[in-house]
Amino acid sequence: MTFDLTARRFGLAATAALMLGAAPVALLAETPADALVIADAIDDIVSLDPQEAYEFSGLDVVNNVYDGLVELDPSQPTGPQPGLAESWEVSEDGKTFTFKMKSGITFSSGNPVTAEDAAFSLRRAVKINKSPAFILNQFGWTAENVDEMVTAEGDTVVLKVDQPYAPTFLYNCLTAGVASVVDMKTVMEHEVNGDMGNEWLKTNSAGTGAFILKSYKPNEGYLLEARQGHWRGDAKVKSVFMRHVPEAATQRLLLEKGDIDIARELTPVDIEGIAGNADLKIQKDVGGQIFYLSFNQKNENYKNEKFLDAMRWAIDYQGLADTVLKGNMVVHQAFLPKGYLGALEDTPYSLDVEKAKALLAESGVQNPKVVMDVRNAADRMEMAQSIQNTFGQAGIEVELNIGEGAEQLKRYRARQHDATLQSWGPDYPDPQTNAGSFAWNPDNADEAKVGTLAWRNAYDPGKLNDMTSAAVMERDGDKRKAMYEEEQKLHRETSPFIVMFQIGYNSAMRSNVSGFYTGGAIDSAAYWLVTK
Amino acid sequence: MARLRGLGGAAFSLAVTLLGLLFVTFIISRVVPIDPVIAIVGERASEAQIEAARVALGLDKPLWQQFFIFVGNALQGDLGTSIRTGEPVIQAVARAFPATLELATLATILGVIAGVPAGVLAATRPGSLADHFVRLVGLMGYSMPVFWLGLIGLLLFYGVLGWVGGPGRLDAAFDMFYEFEVTPYTGMILIDTALAGRWDMFVNAISHIILPAGLLGYVSMAYISRMTRSFMMNELGQEYITTARVKGMPEWRVIWVHAMRNVMVPLITVIALSYAYLLEGSVLTETIFAWPGLGSYITDALLVNDMPAVLGGTVVVGVAFVVLNLVSDLLYRLVDPRAR
Repeated sequence: MTFDLTARRFGLAATAALMLGAAPVALLAETPADALVIADAIDDIVSLDPQEAYEFSGLDVVNNVYDGLVELDPSQPTGPQPGLAESWEVSEDGKTFTFKMKSGITFSSGNPVTAEDAAFSLRRAVKINKSPAFILNQFGWTAENVDEMVTAEGDTVVLKVDQPYAPTFLYNCLTAGVASVVDMKTVMEHEVNGDMGNEWLKTNSAGTGAFILKSYKPNEGYLLEARQGHWRGDAKVKSVFMRHVPEAATQRLLLEKGDIDIARELTPVDIEGIAGNADLKIQKDVGGQIFYLSFNQKNENYKNEKFLDAMRWAIDYQGLADTVLKGNMVVHQAFLPKGYLGALEDTPYSLDVEKAKALLAESGVQNPKVVMDVRNAADRMEMAQSIQNTFGQAGIEVELNIGEGAEQLKRYRARQHDATLQSWGPDYPDPQTNAGSFAWNPDNADEAKVGTLAWRNAYDPGKLNDMTSAAVMERDGDKRKAMYEEEQKLHRETSPFIVMFQIGYNSAMRSNVSGFYTGGAIDSAAYWLVTK
Repeated sequence: MARLRGLGGAAFSLAVTLLGLLFVTFIISRVVPIDPVIAIVGERASEAQIEAARVALGLDKPLWQQFFIFVGNALQGDLGTSIRTGEPVIQAVARAFPATLELATLATILGVIAGVPAGVLAATRPGSLADHFVRLVGLMGYSMPVFWLGLIGLLLFYGVLGWVGGPGRLDAAFDMFYEFEVTPYTGMILIDTALAGRWDMFVNAISHIILPAGLLGYVSMAYISRMTRSFMMNELGQEYITTARVKGMPEWRVIWVHAMRNVMVPLITVIALSYAYLLEGSVLTETIFAWPGLGSYITDALLVNDMPAVLGGTVVVGVAFVVLNLVSDLLYRLVDPRAR
């Protein structure tokens, strides 16, 4: 009897312990009224130094904390607008650009913004030579000559370039994060071992933007605090709190419960799941990343235009976009993403197995087999399986070689792949970024190591090389646009690249949030316009 | 003297274990056919930039040299700099480990509070409904995927019922300004907020930790109750138990004093093991609950081949294992006179 009682008591104790675990102790808080709370996966951030940041999440911060001489304006997305410079002009010979600074703008430290700060920042980017430095190196700026090429005179910044490039090319590049203006005095006060303040700027800010970086903890989040008196008008919220939430289902729950205001990484399934929720809304947008197949022309088959054409007609573009990629990607068939100067938005190719078969027969390629490198990410594998299936229907055997991303990139860079399914994000908001990679390869030799995507696929673009070089020098904006359009048409009909999709952004947010701008294909997120 | 020798021996075994651990992890990290440099410099880097990064990381040196440099630095508390985030590993680990420690400790406490009585209950009434129930609950605990349990738990207790806080360690309203308002003495939010007298944050932190801790506690309870049951059944079949019962000793005393003393010895190992397992960081749980702990830190680092971060994290896990071993050794001596 004693035993029974005791046992029951243990049972009760155990139950009580479990109950305690589930007791309603939570005081559910909404997000603070004056703060914008965002969930995203931000583990791609390597640095928040604007002259080093080169990842999506890092550039989002840079865009809100710093400004450049010229800026993309979210409310006026028609090319570069005055930023810290009020006006600019280009010399007759097209090799000298003079920017006149606005007056009365201050950094978050209180220091006034001078032409010297702007020149210093551009020189700093070239000198510390981090990943995005090449965007500026394109103008002939090197660590050795940049002090002469980039100078400040009174309230003007004078930029000399080595060739008479298309002016829009320079302006577009100056809107990139790497060309952000930093507070020279503050940054140099934090210099350690000649790093020009790089170590300090990785986690601190010294800019003119609408926000200052209040704290940053890798893989946890960051906090931005609004400044008073920003030249573009004060931010509508006092602070922006970014929480690193890697799991989409978790983001969705947080959003549904109102614990965050915006979720940026929801899957198509989640987007569908919240579609009927009146408290939430979805903002659709495209990003700059494009997905493509490419074929290494060291394999002679891939020089056969009919064979390449057969493959172009053997992909179920729309079917993929509607099913496995639902909402996450849109069909896109040219190397410039929608949003770029000269981007082609028509999509001439669709799945036509009979046509593909006929083209294959015409090509004379016997029993073709494609070995396709694919990264071990779910969406890519699904895409590849669909392609494997439709290629199969057309009589082209596909073997998938699924592997780790960095390892496959290494093979790709070494021209060791046969075919590969890849994505490419543009580096700066000028068409040259993709033209110079997809359609430019001045030396197709292995030793040349040109590194462009064309080179990696052993593709000699021939005439396209000249078109790329000419377009980047064209000083008439409209003509330049037409040149890119023509170039893309030729490229998609003759090159060993099949561009298939452009990435879509689905930002889900509480219905009281408005004014959120993701930056689309050419810019980064802007938080200063958001109201809630 | 004997005690001193014991301590010396422990220190020696600690050193050997750690060195072995470092060695194995280091070798594995270097034989995987993945080039960490590409992951850092990105897709567009030129050959020159790649080479510069390789030199900067010391990857151009012979393997044995890299190993000695790593061990030498580790001894001075420098675990290197994370390739991915550019943050000193020691700093990142110092932030991630307390988060895991807090979660694992609470989970283990819950696991023991629920698991030991449940195991005893089942052992004392074998074949009964209670026994079957405990075994069923236990079976579910270690056969159901934690990932699934976590999501369902979140959906139910946070999403539908609203009893607990959501993913993350605090609500955004507290989390944003946490570091400016609370001194992170231990890095464990429950302790630090209590020390700071911020009871509003403390309560909020409880509401956030209770679900992941309860979930991990459940998994650990499943293991502990199963082992307790089998240890206890084994003891209850012993002659000294029969003797005690024949002498008319109350049953609770027979179980909780006589049998339990002997069950304790193996049980300590079981609990320590389960605790150590949780200290490695439960990756899936940490991911779902957006818990910035050691498990997700090491896994994220592994995915991009950020070897300094992986090695640093492993060292900390290794130290935790060795320390737990040491503590359970001491506890043995406490409960079992023969081990003294």
